[in-house]
Amino acid sequence: MIHRECGVLKTTYEADMALYPLPIARWAVLAVAVLFFAVIPLTLNDYFLSIANLVCVAIVGAVGLNILVGYTGQVSIGHGAFMSVGAYTAANLANRLGSPWPVNLLAGGLMAAAVGAVVGIPSLRIKGLYLAIATLAGQFIIEWIINHVTFISGGVQASIPVARPRIGSMVLSSQRAIYYFLLAFVVLALVGNMNLIRSRVGRAFIAIRDQDIAAEIIGINIFRYKLLAFAVSSFYAGVTGVLYTYFLGIANYEQFQLGVSVDYLAMIIIGGLGSVLGSVFGAIFITLLPIVIRRLMEGFGWILFDPGTLLNLIPNVRVMLFGALIIFFLIVEPEGLNRLWRNIRNYFRIWPFAY
Amino acid sequence: MSDAVAFFLLLLSNGVMIGLMYALIALGFVLVYKATDAVNFAQGEFVMIAGLVVAGALDAFSAPLWVAVLIGLITMVAFGFVLERVMLRRLIGRPVIAVVMATIGLASVLRGIGPSTLGAGTKTLPLPIPDDPIVLGPLLIPPIQLLGATVSLIFLAAFGWFFLKSRKGIAMRAIADSQQVAMAMGINVERYFGLAWAMTGIVSALGGIIWGNLLGVDINLSLVGLKVFPVVILGGLDSIPGAVLGGLIVGIVENVTAGYVDPYVGGGTKDFAPYVLMILALMIRPYGIFGKKIIERI
Repeated sequence: MIHRECGVLKTTYEADMALYPLPIARWAVLAVAVLFFAVIPLTLNDYFLSIANLVCVAIVGAVGLNILVGYTGQVSIGHGAFMSVGAYTAANLANRLGSPWPVNLLAGGLMAAAVGAVVGIPSLRIKGLYLAIATLAGQFIIEWIINHVTFISGGVQASIPVARPRIGSMVLSSQRAIYYFLLAFVVLALVGNMNLIRSRVGRAFIAIRDQDIAAEIIGINIFRYKLLAFAVSSFYAGVTGVLYTYFLGIANYEQFQLGVSVDYLAMIIIGGLGSVLGSVFGAIFITLLPIVIRRLMEGFGWILFDPGTLLNLIPNVRVMLFGALIIFFLIVEPEGLNRLWRNIRNYFRIWPFAY
Repeated sequence: MSDAVAFFLLLLSNGVMIGLMYALIALGFVLVYKATDAVNFAQGEFVMIAGLVVAGALDAFSAPLWVAVLIGLITMVAFGFVLERVMLRRLIGRPVIAVVMATIGLASVLRGIGPSTLGAGTKTLPLPIPDDPIVLGPLLIPPIQLLGATVSLIFLAAFGWFFLKSRKGIAMRAIADSQQVAMAMGINVERYFGLAWAMTGIVSALGGIIWGNLLGVDINLSLVGLKVFPVVILGGLDSIPGAVLGGLIVGIVENVTAGYVDPYVGGGTKDFAPYVLMILALMIRPYGIFGKKIIERI
């Protein structure tokens, strides 16, 4: 993870395929686990933990979107809507049937997967730009339906309060408890994604991305795998929506509008398309960006601006920087933060004895 | 004439006018796509910025209208050139998703720049035309819509002529056909890319003035850009007549469905119906009514 041997010194296949190539790798994984499972939740206060929770939710969604965009090469500008499908499915189940959260989570994910597969159907005929526009239409249509069908949205405000999840008799109400709850799903999502990509299905996804005609010729059923990619990715999105709903305690379509779809696309582009670690970096980066900007502007903005303009300026600076970063990464570093991370790692591989 | 027929005709005429005004904005999208194969997801933001510049010039310098319009046009043309040079030229040859995301990023930047430099409040953009609708039998036509439709038609015809007859237009069509062959024929492809973006700037400036007068100038003006996609998909991404026809279809469909369906579902059909239509079009005829059939069989 962090360290690397400074050459290829392996002599057996077992050594090559080992999960931990060096003893220190084991320690690095352990250290990261301790950091996320003990240090972060036990030292941060509620405010920072709520930010950490937002990051956790974003990671699940970004990893899912990366399966579709990064690994399979299909564009989706409709992931915000898939999240809302998951969120409203779970909220309705929880309120109407009183079902426990594992059921809601699974149902939300599956419902989103079904809707995602339907929206993905045009991908069988069209790709690239046309698919992007088709999923954009999906976003608007789903949003409109949720907003206008009162059976789903539960009234004029289109927001449904949801009770906190509970494990046994314990209600997960504190930010710390929610953090552990979400972290479990982050780990599941990451492990699930890494294993998916190593599997037959994942290889098929990558083959379709790299050259769809060649993939078809070597016997990959493109129709099936494209729909599968949409379904899996939307399943992640649905789960993200449910998790976000449980985190907020309310399902509201305004949390899943077009801007959210764009946010998630920005995460995987800035993080790095087709990389698990990149999704994580991107999710952290995009989630923290508005918070850091607001803090900085509130802290230092008075030097340049008077308070009135500052209030007006903060959201605009956020939007501008967000867009500028997307453009910057696309032009300068298309492989994203993940590439920067690799460069740093490679530099330190032979440091301090380069040459 | 019965009331039902009159109501329908009213919706229809309204749809035609609005549709032609959509066509003007869609034209900006088509021009760029035709010449440079780039997709502009920031078309609505172009319109918003143009509206803000013109309204700002009227407001701040209390300039006469024609000066403000001129400022708007010059700003947008310069903006188009610079944008091509700084951003889009570097993205040539990259996958579609890169250009799509870059223009989405650009949209975001413009949404931030607009309100923070030119003010966040809704500005008016007064034009010297009467407010009272023109009555034609059962039809009520607001003069601004008539003006918008006329300007649209003039510019659509002008660009049609430009592409068919003028030397530059023919060069652009050659580039759209094959960039390599165009280069081999001695056409300076990069300069024409800049020109295409500048032309989009002109169209966006006009769109900004007309739509800005109709809706008021603030950040929400950029939402007009979302209607561009149904229009260009229906008409064909690279076709100027397609933009007109697509605009008309979208304008009529959204007005007629809104007129008949809105009372039952509580509004919002206008934003919904064009997209349903677009999905159908994508299923049946993805390259649009007049578009080039270059969709690959997958």
